[in-house]
Amino acid sequence: MSTAAATHDDHHDHHHAPTGLKRWLFSTNHKDIGTLYLWFSFAMFLAGGFMAMVIRAELLEPGMQFVDPEFFNQMTTVHGLVMVFGAVMPATVGLANWMIPLMIGAPDMALPRMNNWSFWILPFAFAILISSVIMSAFGDGNPSAPNFGWTFYAPLSTKYGPDSTDLFILSVHMMGISSIMGAINVVVTVFNMRAPGMTLMKMPLFVWTWLITAFLLIAVIPVLAGAVTMMLTDRHFGTSFFDAAGGGDPVLFQHVFWFFGHPEVYIMILPSFGIVSAIIPAFARKPLFGYASMVYATASIALLSFVVWAHHMFTVGMPLAGTLFFMYMTMLISVPTGVKVFNWVATMWRGSMSFELPMKWAIAFVILFTCGGLSGLMLAITPVDFQYHDTYFVVAHFHYVLVTGAIFSIFAAAYYWLPKWSGVMPNKLLGELHFWNSLISANLLFFPMHFVGLAGMPRRYADYALQFADYNFWISIGGFWFGLSQVLFLAVAVLCAMKKGEKAPAKPWDGAEGLEWEVPSPAPFHTFDTPPVVK
Amino acid sequence: MSEKQLSVEERNQRTLKKLLIWAVAMFGFAFLMVPFYNVICDITGLNGKTSSTAATDAPEKVVADRTVTVEFITQKGDGISGEFTSETKRVKVHPGEITLVHFYASNPGDSDMVTQSIPSVTPGEAARYLHKTQCFCFDQQTLAAGERKDMPMIFYLDPDIPRHINQFTLSYTIFDVTERVAGKNNSVAVN
Repeated sequence: MSTAAATHDDHHDHHHAPTGLKRWLFSTNHKDIGTLYLWFSFAMFLAGGFMAMVIRAELLEPGMQFVDPEFFNQMTTVHGLVMVFGAVMPATVGLANWMIPLMIGAPDMALPRMNNWSFWILPFAFAILISSVIMSAFGDGNPSAPNFGWTFYAPLSTKYGPDSTDLFILSVHMMGISSIMGAINVVVTVFNMRAPGMTLMKMPLFVWTWLITAFLLIAVIPVLAGAVTMMLTDRHFGTSFFDAAGGGDPVLFQHVFWFFGHPEVYIMILPSFGIVSAIIPAFARKPLFGYASMVYATASIALLSFVVWAHHMFTVGMPLAGTLFFMYMTMLISVPTGVKVFNWVATMWRGSMSFELPMKWAIAFVILFTCGGLSGLMLAITPVDFQYHDTYFVVAHFHYVLVTGAIFSIFAAAYYWLPKWSGVMPNKLLGELHFWNSLISANLLFFPMHFVGLAGMPRRYADYALQFADYNFWISIGGFWFGLSQVLFLAVAVLCAMKKGEKAPAKPWDGAEGLEWEVPSPAPFHTFDTPPVVK
Repeated sequence: MSEKQLSVEERNQRTLKKLLIWAVAMFGFAFLMVPFYNVICDITGLNGKTSSTAATDAPEKVVADRTVTVEFITQKGDGISGEFTSETKRVKVHPGEITLVHFYASNPGDSDMVTQSIPSVTPGEAARYLHKTQCFCFDQQTLAAGERKDMPMIFYLDPDIPRHINQFTLSYTIFDVTERVAGKNNSVAVN
């Protein structure tokens, strides 16, 4: 057991750890920064969730009740942006910060000061974005917050964008810089800081999936930065990248955006694959089935993500050869994804399974993510996509992969590693209530969306035809239920942070494997100052 | 120990630099997508972009046994309050046959207006078989105050136009670019 962490290195900077606010503001410690990321992302999850509640309240009944359609549009836009860039991405970066150094036996992230910066940019980026919503809410919709959908298609966001679009552009730039720095830190850490003997093919899958995610981030976040820069110059400096009047093309925007946007989808889900690949073997008490194939499947998914972007825009009018190419490439992604799902199932097969909280979330992930994957396959088929495009079917699809996929796996990770982070076991009763309420309500919330979508209800509208009323009523009930259930997790997290609960041993899960379980719980401020020996 | 520590830091710096260069290169790549997209569109007719220059070759032959229906639609972009119509709504032509159609635009305002019309063909596949020998869309058109302008367009279809294309729509959107031209006197990029 390594207790090197407890012994102070006398030439170490952190000999006198600062306390209070300064500890967090100036922290270069990967655990502190990981904690900051995780709390920040949970706060954003609640903020974005509150916007979703506004959306669902308005859609509870047909007709207009609570907000005007303009504000409804701002809610759908900022809900999407906050959830994608504020909740899911920082949560996975937080997990990476906490777990990657522990998993590869490194004392810290490779570039600690940059790590501090990449976190502390985020609150300012989101303060800028959310300030536009606050101004809009208290100014009776004037000035308007961004209202063009999270995909900010030109010319809605260029010629017709509200003034706050410039706030949005600045905040996306800042989020982008933060993500790129976070990703660079992960790559440098994984390449250079592994403990002796920790070869690449011995790394836990969470490290592998995050390494590949980091490469995706470095490749496509600059493209997003390019897209918003073009928007900015179109809006203010007389260029015509997306303006037909000046010889530009609004469809070009969609190509640039989705060249970023599709890899972005995998940026949000690949770390989840890593989390689930850690949890399922632990509670099935069997090594992960097909480790190498998991690594190659992840890499294949990442590579394929660069050649499928136009499946988001089948309806813009593409040559037949183009639509066929993007259709087949998209369907091809189900092969490596299927490899993963079958590997998880094979890991569970004839395992000595037990169903502690992390395992419950992980199994729910496998089943419900697969459900979202199947609707994705349906959407990949070009001719039927013409019917599904921009309907609630699409909304159902991406909420299955992002909420019951990415977010469920992040909860799985939280329940799995909270003992390591806090030193106490998460409260079982609250955790069970959180899981079952979330599971049932999420399905009540998202499953009927498939039906209204197939029946033709378009997304991003503040009202709907009367025949969708019953479904929407139940969808909204599911929405409020799911939203309230997340307060239970807040209670779980606060209890852990206050160290209230059963004390956790160094390795609370008997089937778990990995270096992170060799340090005490809670993990001391400094771990692996002396590299562990990896057999 | 300290020497080894240093080398890890050096390696970190080296990896950091490589990755930063990559990130900057990808930022550049986003802008590279713009000319790349335009070239692809020119070659394939993706998005129904027609050629921005006049065809100088005469058609090799007229394919008299085929007719293709060409429809014309017009749309008014920002700042256009006057008329913008095509005299001909649809015309049946033989591939290779030279055809003249008229468009009209008016400026009811009391100051001169510079306009730019942007063509688009649906389905986009037909775009590269449409050859225009004269078009008001090649240049900016100045409409004097109160003027109604006749804007002719002469075109022919490539005799090699694939058999399955027997109808397509050519759409023009007219934009008021007076301010844009006044704002910067250099020419506006037109594709």
